[in-house]
Amino acid sequence: MKPAPFDYLKPATLEEALAIKAQLGEDAKVLAGGQSLIPTMNYRLVQPAALIDLNELSELDHIHVDGEGNLRIGAMTRQRRVEFDSTVKKVAPLLHETLPFVAHPQIRNRGTIGGSLVHADPASELPVIALATGVRCRAKSIHTERWIPAEDFFMGMFMTALQPEEILVEISLPAMLSRTGWSFMEVSRRKGDYAMMGVATMVSLDGEGRCAEGGLVYLNAGDGPVKAKRAADVLKGEKYSEALVEKSAWEASRKEIDPFGSVHASIDYQRHLAYVLTKRALERAFERAQASDI
Amino acid sequence: MKKTLHRFTLSVNGQEHSCEVEARLLLSDFLRHELGLTGTHVGCEHGVCGACTILFDGQAVRSCLMFAVQARGHEITTVEGLAAHQDRLHPLQQAFWEAHGLQCGFCTPGILMTLIPFLAENPSPTEAEIREAISGNLCRCTGYQSIVEAVELAAERSEKS
Repeated sequence: MKPAPFDYLKPATLEEALAIKAQLGEDAKVLAGGQSLIPTMNYRLVQPAALIDLNELSELDHIHVDGEGNLRIGAMTRQRRVEFDSTVKKVAPLLHETLPFVAHPQIRNRGTIGGSLVHADPASELPVIALATGVRCRAKSIHTERWIPAEDFFMGMFMTALQPEEILVEISLPAMLSRTGWSFMEVSRRKGDYAMMGVATMVSLDGEGRCAEGGLVYLNAGDGPVKAKRAADVLKGEKYSEALVEKSAWEASRKEIDPFGSVHASIDYQRHLAYVLTKRALERAFERAQASDI
Repeated sequence: MKKTLHRFTLSVNGQEHSCEVEARLLLSDFLRHELGLTGTHVGCEHGVCGACTILFDGQAVRSCLMFAVQARGHEITTVEGLAAHQDRLHPLQQAFWEAHGLQCGFCTPGILMTLIPFLAENPSPTEAEIREAISGNLCRCTGYQSIVEAVELAAERSEKS
């Protein structure tokens, strides 16, 4: 057998799962979709003493819009369900556009929204979208509950702000501002592989068509999802022009991201991809913002 | 650590099985070693090659990225469950046979199981859609061309029938 032995615990309720987590802490890993955890267990890179399987907890599998217009998604909601959900398509088009890039359909059938965020792989798409859209993460322990903004949630490579006794139960995406455009683009060697570079962007325009809010977040560009703040500042108060997006793309790709390079892509090539993708993504986002009627 | 066995039942290819296994037994190894269903192949065992793809409640998943205990009470279909009769291939298998959609055949069960739900959702796919659908399955023999042709043949025939 490939993985090392572990105690398999399958709580019937979230309450029960939290009680187990409180008792076992770091010795127990939460088993969500298992599409990242099980490969690392098969390699025995990870040998948890216990697994807490959340797969039958239907209370963590939901998609709805709350009273304040936030999109709420349960942590155990499968990526494939989110991909085809009509509410998500309407209120969170950036998330909708990005999901087909997350690995392969077979992986998305099992993989969950919460699992991908908690895994916090700098090369994965969902942490980037969480940062780009201003997601808040609801973490619960047996006695506490708190909302962690995406900005504070990702603490570095494979690290999050979750405490050993906490479980991520839900995320909340704020409603988009009016006149907002979005885009996600990445380059991978084969569809579904880890991308060599990728960018998510959102651009909100004011009444005169000037950029009021802009955001740019990159994957595989540092030790977590990388937000390019200065490149976004370049856009503020400006109308779309080719020179503007070139300036922003230069700032992000040359000065703000910090890619590591690999056998598949040198650091220079990753920066080149970031430059080209940023220009294209911003152009698409501006177009969509201008065409938006809300 | 003492060995704990988990006892449960699951359905494989429409047949109920009771089993008693360790939690760390992968679903892929369970199907092959406990049930003798060796049509499900094991390639990379970390979710890259797609050879172990099966249907879990009708959806294509990697059986090397699940534990057997997680299949408790669920329905599994393997490549052995495709053909309705032992002496007659499933139409998709027949199309693979005729269009030379396989050479060594190692990747074939995983590719078939990936394509079953894909073709159910999208009965007349474009070439690009077919190529994307099988992008999570590695084939080192065919160069994929004849696989794509096999899928096109199967889709064409199902449209006519």
